[in-house]
Amino acid sequence: MSSIKIELRKEDVDFIKETCSRFNNDPQELINVLHSCQEHFGYLPAEVQEVISEHLNVPVAKIYGVVTFYSFFTMTPKGKHPISICMGTACYVRGAEKVLEEFKKELKIQVGETTKDNKFSLSSLRCVGACGLAPVVLVGDKTYGRVAPDDVKGILKEYEEK
Amino acid sequence: METVKLTIDNKEIEVQKGTTIYKAAKELGIDIPTLCYMHLHDLDIENKPGGCRICVAEVQGRRNLAPSCSTKCENGMVVKTHTTRVLNARRTVMEFILSDHPKDCLTCSKSGNCELQDMAHRLGIREIPGQEFAEMSSYRKDTSPSIVRDLDKCIMCRRCETMCNEVQTVGALSAFNRGFMAAVGPAFEQNLEHSSCTYCGQCVAVCPTGALTEVNHVPQVLKALADPTKTVVVQTAPAVRAALGEEFGMEPGTLVTGKMTAALRALGFDYVFDTDFAADLTIMEEGTELLDRLTRHLKGDKTARIPILTSCCPGWVNFFEYYFPDMKDVPSTAKSPQQMFGAIAKSYFAEKTGINRKDLVVVSVMPCLAKKYECQRDEFAVDGNPDVDFSISTRELASFIKQANIDIKNLHDEEFDAPLGESTGAGVIFGATGGVIEAACRTAYEIYTGKKLERIDFTELRGMEGVRSATLDFNGTPIKIGIAHGLGNARKLLEDVRNGKSEFTAIEVMACPGGCIGGGGQPLHHGNSEIIKARAAAIYAEDRKKPLRKSHENPFIIKLYEEYLGKPGSEKAHHLLHTHYFNRKEKILVKK
Repeated sequence: MSSIKIELRKEDVDFIKETCSRFNNDPQELINVLHSCQEHFGYLPAEVQEVISEHLNVPVAKIYGVVTFYSFFTMTPKGKHPISICMGTACYVRGAEKVLEEFKKELKIQVGETTKDNKFSLSSLRCVGACGLAPVVLVGDKTYGRVAPDDVKGILKEYEEK
Repeated sequence: METVKLTIDNKEIEVQKGTTIYKAAKELGIDIPTLCYMHLHDLDIENKPGGCRICVAEVQGRRNLAPSCSTKCENGMVVKTHTTRVLNARRTVMEFILSDHPKDCLTCSKSGNCELQDMAHRLGIREIPGQEFAEMSSYRKDTSPSIVRDLDKCIMCRRCETMCNEVQTVGALSAFNRGFMAAVGPAFEQNLEHSSCTYCGQCVAVCPTGALTEVNHVPQVLKALADPTKTVVVQTAPAVRAALGEEFGMEPGTLVTGKMTAALRALGFDYVFDTDFAADLTIMEEGTELLDRLTRHLKGDKTARIPILTSCCPGWVNFFEYYFPDMKDVPSTAKSPQQMFGAIAKSYFAEKTGINRKDLVVVSVMPCLAKKYECQRDEFAVDGNPDVDFSISTRELASFIKQANIDIKNLHDEEFDAPLGESTGAGVIFGATGGVIEAACRTAYEIYTGKKLERIDFTELRGMEGVRSATLDFNGTPIKIGIAHGLGNARKLLEDVRNGKSEFTAIEVMACPGGCIGGGGQPLHHGNSEIIKARAAAIYAEDRKKPLRKSHENPFIIKLYEEYLGKPGSEKAHHLLHTHYFNRKEKILVKK
């Protein structure tokens, strides 16, 4: 497929091919293959889905359907510092939504999007098991507890300076 | 066979184990309403995602209402299909479905023929509470050469997905996104043009709403008819006459050949011709090619590939160009009847009448949406002037006749014009699965054996089974015929050819289930396969009525070869009536 060779490097195509064959090129294993590929590439661009389609013999429309159905899968690359805001019950009642709004305002992006400079991406998740610290925000591997909307600028600043 | 006994609406019934409540109710004459379920019984096509939830029924002892299309009957079950609870649930479900559906019924092309509209009426919906909370999707419209997609009108019944993936194995359409934004379309929300779509139109044929419709070419035809400098000729495909009447309330299977001809003349077409003429011509070319390949093959010529595949169906051509580009030399090179007609009209007929090609407009009326794409292919044009200018569907013709206020029911039968309107019964049966190969065999037999065919009806080639086969005896030479309708069935035969396992001499493929009579441009069957069977019966009835039933006996075909083409397969015939194929997957990728 000519369009893919331009976008993906040979080792990328090989990785997808190997991943598919690791799952016996079984169409039933589509979700597992997508998981592995997202872990490797960080996201699932159209070109990756097209190569998977060829090896698993599943129409690419079907794969796109699965990718857009499950919120875990994403077609946009995550930022260098992925921000996740817990919207679980405890965090939510303690004002997580306002914190999220503040992040959206500061970064000028919506949930599921990445800033133009690829520095930050925004996602929401359900409960990280740290309800005592609610509301909780994760930036990369780092956890911030009892976050108030006023703290958002300061958190972002930590990463701006690096 | 194990059976179960149950009661539905106080009526007892015994059904086979595994039968759904929906089907058991149907046997009792209870028509449970549904929006997503569809079963074309004779064609073995079923869509039951259990998604719309309109068909719910109350099952005694169960807490929740059961979707009747996907709940199996059990012994002793007591089912009620129209309790207050059921009716309220149906109404609520319908209100949810309508909450994010566009409210532009007045101008929707499906208005009056929309299952969603009918259901809203049937369930007595008069208001849609809570619609202000619904998020309206706003997908851009996708207009391909054949099909228009308006995804905001998609209700996620997934019938198109079943047709595209399971029945046709084309894999162009799949459900994507969630909630209010959920819709069905090609990967990455691309246009159909950049997908594996074959334009067979089976998605359009089953869509309950205005989400999938055909590209309307009536305005262009009207413009051509109004232009005094243009001579406008029309050709009508065999399957159209067996279905057009349905759009005017006639019984399925009513033949309206004469009335259709009269209506076309009343619309202002200068010449009313028949694609059946070109079908006869196709048989001359394709039949000759078959015999030539067979003879060479039997003599041991390795370049003569057997089986030969028919090439009349543009959906099928698109399919093998995408999925089997390595086998481009297997199908016959003969053009489809639509394109043969266009080529002859704009050469032989134009020369005969002294009309400049540019002033001649050829319109085709087809049961098919892929024909719209076909007539726009670059190779079917001379200096940018297409052999066939516009292709309209049976549904579009019906709408055109209604707009023109022509009372088709009360028109007197009229005859097609000469010379391109004369046809034999062989041309007529092109409209049904098995018909093309039967027509080819009628001619090939007589040419190959030099004997007169005693039994004209090859009934062994007819029927509705997805894949059929028969062996005919051509004076001691066994001719093994394979027939497939529906692209999924065709794929099976094609895989065998690719793997060298096929034993057939010739294979006929039609993309649509039932053949052209079940085409994507025909009046909507709304899931009733009896309608398709009735159309097939009408086609074979028309064949029986014809005084001539073998293509090579058509006097105008004989004259065309004498005056213009020489003999079948001649250089001139090749130039005008044959084509070549592409690797469509590559073409699409380059365009992207």
